[in-house]
Amino acid sequence: MTTTDTAPAIIPDFGTEATAGRKLAIICSKGSLDMAYPGLILANAALGEGVETHLFFTFWGFDMINKKTMHELKFTPLGNTATHMPQGLGGLPGITHMATSKFKKSIAELDVPEVPDFLEQIVASGGHLWACRMSADMNHLTEEDLYEEVEGIISASDFIEKTDGAQLLFI
Amino acid sequence: MPVTTIDGRQVHVNEEGFLTEPAEWDEALGKTLAAQIGIELTDEHWKAIRFLREDFAAQGETPTLRRVTVAGGIPTKQLFQLFPQKPAKKMAYIAGLPKPHGCV
Repeated sequence: MTTTDTAPAIIPDFGTEATAGRKLAIICSKGSLDMAYPGLILANAALGEGVETHLFFTFWGFDMINKKTMHELKFTPLGNTATHMPQGLGGLPGITHMATSKFKKSIAELDVPEVPDFLEQIVASGGHLWACRMSADMNHLTEEDLYEEVEGIISASDFIEKTDGAQLLFI
Repeated sequence: MPVTTIDGRQVHVNEEGFLTEPAEWDEALGKTLAAQIGIELTDEHWKAIRFLREDFAAQGETPTLRRVTVAGGIPTKQLFQLFPQKPAKKMAYIAGLPKPHGCV
């Protein structure tokens, strides 16, 4: 008796049904270069998986979307024990500049874009960028001062309303 | 690794259905794989799929979405239109390659 191959073709489950309606809200509250990346990387990953993604920039996170600062985010070992450097070194002149350059180089080696390019990629992938009303008011900033792709300056309650049912990350 | 029959020929796939032997792929198979996930391949789709094949052959790994945009010259927005929801994985599947490993 000959064997007949009856195994059906295995088709990957791209989960389009299950993904439908999944939402992710990411609150970016930090303005240092190292803390800008986690939110951007996760937003990009979620979008690549078909998840509707909203980013809310608040407090120091405003530096990520402020045209004046978004190209100039810095990384400092000062007060960061995870660098495993003697803390006294962190205060030396030039250390922040040096650490920032090194950080940017490591990121670039992985083909990970700088913050402004990363935001552009997130928007091109369908991500939504929102600025916090209170942070804008505190710093006397308007939409003119912000990265063009920011959809609007909204209140915290507007953001909560927009992200009804979303999973949420605070960074 | 399971062996499955697609288009009357046997191909090696992993448990999710991604081809594990890139050499078993040709464009006719790519067309069938695309149809299985509801995508009809146009010239624009093929530009992306061919870039994936060439880049994999050169680099030894499946390019990430960013690489398809930056090195392959196809805008991210367009990739999301051509391969909705999960462009990186869908392109890899159609091109008979493993899923990309990179985070970005």
